[in-house]
Amino acid sequence: MNYETIIGLEIHAELSTKSKAFCSCKNEFGAEVNTNCCPVCMGYPGALPVMNKKVVEYAVKAGLALDCQISLYSKTDRKNYFYPDLPKAYQISQYDIPLCKNGKIQVQVDGENKSIGITRIHIEEDAGKLIHGTEVEDYSLVDFNRSGVPLIEIVSEPDMRSPVEARLYLEKLKGILEYLEISDCKMQEGSLRCDANISIRPAGQKEFGIKTEIKNMNSMKALQKALEYEEERHKKVLSEGGTIVQETRRWDEAKGITVSMRTKEQAHDYRYFPEPDLVPIVLEEKWIDEIRKALPELPDDKRRRFVEEYGIPDYDASVLTLTKELSDFFEACAKGHKNPKAISNWVMGEILRIMKEKELDFKDLKIKPEDLRKLVDLIESGVLSSTGAKQVFEEMFRTGREPEALVEQLGLKQISDEDVIVELVKKVLSENQKSVEDYKNGKSNALGFLVGQCMKASKGKGNPQLINKILKDLLA
Amino acid sequence: MVVASPFQNNTEEVKILDLHNLTLHEIRDMIRSGEVSAKDVLQSVYGRIDAVDDKVDAYIALTRDKAYEAAEAIDKRLAGGEALGDVAGIPMALKDNISTNGIKTTCASKMLENYTPAFDAHVYEKLKEAGAILIGKTNLDEFAMGSSTENSAFKTTKNPWNLDRVSGGSSGGSAAAVAAGEAFFALGSDTGGSIRQPASLCGIVGFKPTYGAVSRYGLVAFGSSFDQIGPFTKDVEDCAIVLNHLYGYDKNDSTSLAVEHGDFKEALNKEIKGMKIGLPKEYFGEGIAPEVKKLVMDGVKVMESLGAHVEETSLPYSEYALPVYYIASSAEASSNLARFDGVRYGYRAKDYEDLNDLYIKSRSEAFGDEVKLRIMLGTYTLSSGYYDAYYNKALKARRLIKQDFEKAFEKYDILISPTSPTTAFKIGERSDDQLAMYMSDICTVPVNIAGIPAISIPCGFSGGLPVGMQIMGKALGEASIIKAAHAFQRNTDFLGKRPTL
Repeated sequence: MNYETIIGLEIHAELSTKSKAFCSCKNEFGAEVNTNCCPVCMGYPGALPVMNKKVVEYAVKAGLALDCQISLYSKTDRKNYFYPDLPKAYQISQYDIPLCKNGKIQVQVDGENKSIGITRIHIEEDAGKLIHGTEVEDYSLVDFNRSGVPLIEIVSEPDMRSPVEARLYLEKLKGILEYLEISDCKMQEGSLRCDANISIRPAGQKEFGIKTEIKNMNSMKALQKALEYEEERHKKVLSEGGTIVQETRRWDEAKGITVSMRTKEQAHDYRYFPEPDLVPIVLEEKWIDEIRKALPELPDDKRRRFVEEYGIPDYDASVLTLTKELSDFFEACAKGHKNPKAISNWVMGEILRIMKEKELDFKDLKIKPEDLRKLVDLIESGVLSSTGAKQVFEEMFRTGREPEALVEQLGLKQISDEDVIVELVKKVLSENQKSVEDYKNGKSNALGFLVGQCMKASKGKGNPQLINKILKDLLA
Repeated sequence: MVVASPFQNNTEEVKILDLHNLTLHEIRDMIRSGEVSAKDVLQSVYGRIDAVDDKVDAYIALTRDKAYEAAEAIDKRLAGGEALGDVAGIPMALKDNISTNGIKTTCASKMLENYTPAFDAHVYEKLKEAGAILIGKTNLDEFAMGSSTENSAFKTTKNPWNLDRVSGGSSGGSAAAVAAGEAFFALGSDTGGSIRQPASLCGIVGFKPTYGAVSRYGLVAFGSSFDQIGPFTKDVEDCAIVLNHLYGYDKNDSTSLAVEHGDFKEALNKEIKGMKIGLPKEYFGEGIAPEVKKLVMDGVKVMESLGAHVEETSLPYSEYALPVYYIASSAEASSNLARFDGVRYGYRAKDYEDLNDLYIKSRSEAFGDEVKLRIMLGTYTLSSGYYDAYYNKALKARRLIKQDFEKAFEKYDILISPTSPTTAFKIGERSDDQLAMYMSDICTVPVNIAGIPAISIPCGFSGGLPVGMQIMGKALGEASIIKAAHAFQRNTDFLGKRPTL
């Protein structure tokens, strides 16, 4: 039987505000344990939360960028559950009236635009972090630095139809949040987290199948793999005549499988109710308009602009605008350059390859945009061969030095002096009379041999285009 | 002024030991004139505590060393010619659910028996800055849940007028301390009547401010949308003085109101001629002891004789106040008290199997019965499937009760009712009768539901026990209440009486 897969995602993004959501403690990753905490974020009796206005502003930014309606009136609610990393034993969240709702996001699936609905975006606070001892030293400690860090939860509609689509959606969403500069969006550090709901149904059936929720995917790749695994598991269960159990499952990265965490019956009853310690969030249209006006250029707009302004293919533009840092880097290189497509090729090719290989962030990239421009110029002016250019690029990446000096140092400068080349070619021709004869008798591959001999004679530094041209001239 | 100072005829014979009978403003005047020092006053009050508190049991802990240090500092400042405010050098007590940095704040619970806050409640900070001197932390019903202090994990506070009877609650310790001369003023918290009811039972003045007028920062939360901190004093003038020091916006409490309050002392010594007073008939009906009703009506007649217009009115939705209160406040409490889980501070059970067992044992062993009952009630009413039937319905009824009051205050300046339906009951009398205990708050609870201010002021004695009259005002209508209460005080002498201990 043919099945259709239905996927919806719940994304948690930590907001990169200076201070926490409800107190003035610093919001920073990686500080010494329990140094960024106070009576409020440690849930001491009598301490009270105060809403950080920036949190609302950042969430509204996300809502506007994702085409949401912004609620002029919303409120916070308490989500009650016991866990040692949750010091108040409730999380301040938003329940029935989220700050933003009914948005959408455009994703390119197989070259087609697809719209994926955003159900809601709401504000909530993060919990602390548990640090577990070993089996020998059996203890658990709590670090409250993360407790009270602001989050937005972005819930999608069940609009995705494959694990790849889910990944594309998450990539696009991550890109938008980064463009807005409201979240670091680092899945490894947990500043971007993703839970997925998945179900399958026989093709053509209207009703949704029974869904499972998967947690603990720490990378884009993990999200796709976990969904692929779960998709297959559902198919197998159904094809064997079984039924899916509605449950929450954990992705086990090492084993590459999902395992059951809890079933619907074991699900928490969070006993949501309005947070009495905070007043409702009441926004003015004017304030929202100001935020709207101050929104930065977003990926889709930038993509269109890149095509127009730099004359690069739409595919290039969509890749280059996926993250803000990448698009900024490309633009810094391409601005005013006569061959933006050549720049695009280098950025999409070598730059992305090496950064992926070394798992680098743009902030750690030593190559400066002006140096990449120079590298392209050196190739175009014939100073550098494409093989030489790759060598120079590796050195630029490693040392951050500018390409001209590296060309000198590595002795990669091409011989483009015509007189020198003419001398060199003449010498090669005189030493290879047989090949000259062959060429004149119509064996065109003899030219290749002669080019090779010339290159060898120049110790690889001769400009191949020039050698080619002069060879042909002299043989004519 | 009806209250007679024992010294007005012969100031040379000031006996430090007798200072405890005076009011805050009388002590203030004596400190200012140099008749007594802050240290003298403190000695007198600790002398009184040493003499009577083993009978009254108002205090959970005393802060003698810190208090003497503070008194000496005040005396130095005074000697240096510094002009200090009304509460400078005045010994005060705080209910033991108000956080005090470095001083245990137990909430009269085994759960927090050894909990020492690392920060001060906003109100304590303000009072300390103004020079008031903390002398000790007073007893209460565990986590402020109760109407008699019998739910304290440590002791039951006795009524200074009759030691076999309760002091009221939950702020019974603060009420008894002021009534017995063991403090010149005290702070309590009022969620459903916890200031006014014990004030009534102990024969003193107790004030519950407009919700949001006084910062709750540092008050260990019970029902967050009901809780307000307020004062216990020996008369209305003292009440106005302390309110001046409590009110004001606090950026750390989001529910704090950003409004300017004037000087409440300006509402003193005013005529009430033409004031419109409503008597909500539902507050004089079933369950109100005839003698209480009679004394309150006598009080109303005093107001009438001073030129106030009195008429009967109705607050029909008040009938639902008790269920609304017990659903909503317990729901909030179940969430507020969830943080006491034995993980970071407070009581932790000795032996436990795993995390869940740690939670269950710690909470089962450290919370008292009443607290457990409210947590269970609140958890139940918030549970999925019951939320709409209970919590949501309570919220709707809450709005209706509030509207009742708003409508009434379109017509009347103040409303008058009994504070407590009876005088102080015997210790143990209602311990096994939950409903009878809850009925103690029938007249005070609606005020918290509506978030309005109200005072309890003595209006007579029945069988040697004080009876309190409740004067309610509209939101931020404190001045009208003080004006009326002070006029009543000037024309009666119930506040001049002191219990014999």
